[in-house]
Formats: sequence, C-alpha cells, structure tokens
Amino acid sequence: MSAFLQRRLASPAKVAWLVALTWVGCVYALGLVHQPDVAGNAGGGFWALVLALWITATLSVAGLAGLKTRSKTAQAAIDLFTPLLFGAFLFFLWEVVVVGFGVPGALMPPPSAIWERILVSGDLLWADFRQTFLKGVLAGYAIGCLSGFAVAILADRVPFLRRGLLPVGNFVAALPIIGIAPIMVMWFGFDWQSKAAVVVVMTFFPMLVNTVAGLEEASRMERDLMRSYAAGYWETLVKLRLPAALPFVFNALKINSTLALIGAIVAEFFGTPIVGMGFRISAEAARLGLDMVWAVIALAAVAGSTFYGLVALAERAATFWHPSIRR
Amino acid sequence: MTSGTSPTTSVPLVGAARPGLLGKLWRGNLGPVLAVVAAILVIWYVAAVLMNWTGVSERFGRMGQEATAGTIFWQTMAEDRPMLPAPHQILVELDKTILDVAPTSRRSLVHHAVETISATLVGFLMGSALGVLLAVGIVHLRTLQKSLMPWVISSQTVPILAIAPIIVVVLGSIGLRGLIPKAIISAYLCFFPVTIGMVKGLEAPDRLQRDLMRTYSASSWEIFWKLRLPASLPYLFASLKVAIAISLVGAIVAELPTGAQAGLGARLLAGSYYGQTIQIWSALVVAAACAALLVVAVGLVEKVVTKAMGGRP
Repeated sequence: MSAFLQRRLASPAKVAWLVALTWVGCVYALGLVHQPDVAGNAGGGFWALVLALWITATLSVAGLAGLKTRSKTAQAAIDLFTPLLFGAFLFFLWEVVVVGFGVPGALMPPPSAIWERILVSGDLLWADFRQTFLKGVLAGYAIGCLSGFAVAILADRVPFLRRGLLPVGNFVAALPIIGIAPIMVMWFGFDWQSKAAVVVVMTFFPMLVNTVAGLEEASRMERDLMRSYAAGYWETLVKLRLPAALPFVFNALKINSTLALIGAIVAEFFGTPIVGMGFRISAEAARLGLDMVWAVIALAAVAGSTFYGLVALAERAATFWHPSIRR
Repeated sequence: MTSGTSPTTSVPLVGAARPGLLGKLWRGNLGPVLAVVAAILVIWYVAAVLMNWTGVSERFGRMGQEATAGTIFWQTMAEDRPMLPAPHQILVELDKTILDVAPTSRRSLVHHAVETISATLVGFLMGSALGVLLAVGIVHLRTLQKSLMPWVISSQTVPILAIAPIIVVVLGSIGLRGLIPKAIISAYLCFFPVTIGMVKGLEAPDRLQRDLMRTYSASSWEIFWKLRLPASLPYLFASLKVAIAISLVGAIVAELPTGAQAGLGARLLAGSYYGQTIQIWSALVVAAACAALLVVAVGLVEKVVTKAMGGRP
C-alpha cells in the first residue's frame, strides 16, 4: 500500500498542499478544542475532523518520505522535516485528546499546560538542573569515564589483568547497578556527591569493556608494521591503537551520557536536599502536580539529547576517518 | 584448546600433570577471573574493617568500655547496621532469608525475587514483541523508516527510568495495579535494543542474496521468512540479552518510591529507610544473581534455537 501511495504522491506540489492542509486543519482544531464549550465534551463532528486530519497527516508523512530530490541540502531538509512533522502531529493528538475528553490534569496534563509551567517556573527548573546535571552528572561522568579508560589501559598493559577483569566487567555491566544508590547516599551524604558516586559506578564498566574491546581493533599486520618502525609499547598505543579504539570509546561515551542522567535522577529518590530533578519529580508526583513532573521530564529529555548530541558531534570531529562517518 | 591432541609418538612425561593443570588455569580465563574475584573479596574485607572502625570504636567509647584494637577489629565484621557489611555477613543474611523461611513468606527473598522476575518477564515479552514488530515495519515501510526511526532513537534520551515510579502512580490511579505497570516500564526500556538490533539483523542479507531470492521469484513474504528472519537471529539474541538485563533494572526501579509491598526494589527501599545495610546488600546480591540467571537463560534459548535452525553453535 505504501508503494502505491508513494507513486500517487510523487509530485512535490501535491505533498506541499497536503502538508499545508494538515497544518491549517491542526491549528483550526487546536483553536476549536480550547473553546470553553468544546473542551471536555467535544462532539462527534470534532472527532471526525481529528480523524480526517489524522489521515491527511499520514498521507503527508508518507508523501514526504517518498520524495526524492537531486539537491543534497533539500534532501537533508526533507529528511529532517519528515520526523518533525510526525512528532508534531503526535503532540497535537496528545493535546486534542486530553483537552477534548477533559482528562483531569492530575492524570495527564496537555502539552500546552506543561509549556506554561516551564515558562512560569524557569528559576526552579534552572536550580534543579544545576544541582542534578551540572554538579552530579558531569562530575560523575568525568570521573567514571576517565577511570574506566585508565583501568582499560592498565588491563591492556597487563594481559593477566585483562583476562581476569574483562569477564568480571562484562558481568557487572549487566547487573542492576542502580541498586547501589541507597548505599551511596548512606556513604556520601544527601548532597550531589552521592549522586556523582552512583554515576561513577554506572559509567565505569561500559567504558572499561568498550575500551578494552577497542584496543583489540588494530590488526596484527598494523602492529607488526609499528614494530618494524621500532615503535615501543606507548608509541604504538598512542599512534595506532588508541585512534583505532576511538569508535568504541565514543560508543561508551554515548551510552554513558544517557546512563549518567538516569543514575543521578534515580539516586535522588533515596535522599536529597530540597533541590534537584529527581527530588522535584518525586515531590510533585506525591501532590499530583503532574504538569511540573512533565516539565522536569522535558528538561531531562532536552538535557539528555543535547549531551548525547554534543558527544556525537565530538565523535564526528575525532573519528572523521571511520567508514560510518566518511561518505 | 589444543590439549588432548598429543601426538602418539611423544613419551608421556611423568608428573607433568600438575604444572600442566596450573599452566592451563593461568593461560585460560578461569585463573585470572578467580584471582580478580579473590582480590575484590580481600579489598572488601579491608574496606569493611576501615569503614566500620570509627563507628565501632565510638560506640565502645560511649558505653565506657575499654576496647583493644583486636576487639574492635572483630566487632567491625559483626555489626548490626555496618557502613559496609563483610561478605560473610551477607551470606549469613542470605541463608537466613532464603533457606530458613518458607518461600511464600513475606520475609523470604525468594518471594520478592519471584515478584520482580515475573514483572521482568512479562515486560520483556511485551517489549521484545513490540521491538520486533517495529523493526519489521521499519524495514518494510519506507514511511515508517523515515518518520519513526528518529523518534525511536530519541525516545532513549528521555530518562524514562527516572520517571518510572510516576508512571506507576498514574497507571495506578486509572486502575492498573500490581504486575502490569511494572511490566510496562520494563517493556518501554527493552523495546529499544530489540528494535535497533533487529533492524540491523533484518538488513544483514546483502543485495546479492536478496537478488538471488528474487530470481527464485520469491515474494517479499518469502524473503522475510526464509532469508531475512534467519539472518537476523544472531542480532536478535544479542539484543535480547541486553534487553532482559535492562528489563530487570526497570522492574526494580518501578518498585522504588511507590509503596510497593513486595519485590527486590521494595526491599532496597525498606532497607534504606531503616538503615538495614545488610538487607540492602543481600537484595543487591539476589538482584545480581537474577540478572545472571536471566541472561544465561536467554543464552540457552539462543543455543537451542540456533541448533534447531541448523546453524553451527
């Protein structure tokens, strides 16, 4: 069916009309649903409109996905716009369903209410962000990744240690490490140090396992070549094996960027000063202030994606030679 | 590896068995792993003595008792609520809560572990099914690949684990209680690695192999069943191992601040409220054992399936 649709929707003009139609329809429906007599008891006509919009939105996404242009920038723009339209429509559905059916805000707030909450309580969110992310996450991430890397180098230098540490590391990496959070809170107190400690333990093992695997990446031939150049262990490490290991190291850095945020937030459930994203989530959830909970989640999602994106950018800059990046 | 294939012409060396065994241990992985584990245990005991020292000596001081260093040393490994319990204390607690009480009792760790594992398994099944379905859709429909795939990836930067307890609360207020909310968290966590791995696996057959199928005039349905699916199995099982481990993490965290009565997460939280460190550690050990057990179970299923499909194990 998809192929049929794409043949029917091959012309950019048709797709542009569909997108514009969906857009106007969605804006109209949003205006309609927020009127006091519609909100909470929207009638059949309104839901028919939403259903029609759903169909046009599906058609426009299908049409956009099928568009092919010669120009590289235009193709990149289309590839970016397609998922954006898809996501925007999901948010539209969320808003319309929640407002249209009058779902109580304590159960599921609409996106508009969450956005208002973000605008109103910027100071509070910034304080939480500073406490959890800038202090706990970044400190723990740096210490955990660096020590994982250092131990990996040490394990590489001492083969006995590598054969012993690697199976143990692989085993520990699969364990529910998050469970040590209450112990760390007991040892390091309520403030950000205990959250950083949890993050250190969570990020250490992925880094260790990945770096050790990456150091195996340089082939026998390449190592022999370095030997024939009379390069010593350290020279071979710095000039051949570490660069070859970089894709693995960055893989660990990316995995760790999401793990770190999760670790810090969950650790705050076990005890915290009265600031921090995890504290805000559990405190607001207890008094059913779900708009604030979702605002913190949105903040965490933006922080997490930005962190991940920065690591990915650094990866592009550092491993420009790798086949997956070189086009 | 090559042991046991000794050439028949060589004279068997008398007394060579012991160094051979030791050498094999040394060269294989078992020896080093045992050494590392032993080192961890030694460090653990030393840390236990050091971390509990001040607490113990202060208590002796408060009680007005003269205590020699020896008395304090032994007391550091026998505390009721130590900063860090010694490994044998955890073993004793495990023995008490697993072997000494009936598995159905609220005091039994088996009861709590079963509670958590059942949520883990239900969530794992739901999540893996969703993951496989999404992957099949993404591989076959260009629209889905273009519009859904970026959201599948960015869904993972939302620290969903951190809001798991709240999702449990919300689901509870619309009448879903007990196993299902925890399973939903687990499912959300484990669909992602399955989708990513399965997409990779379904696209593993290259152009040449797909063209061969076309020359056999195979429909895309047949290509899926006879080429893509078998080719994707190694990728699928690798992701399933990751998925079941995160699924357990999800189930444990979902039990945290929601007042769950049973489960390893509830056990952790109760231990942290009352400062029962030995209880926390024994729950952690059981959680680790469960994780290992589940991953090994997936590995066994992989072996059986690979063998049944005619693959070489």
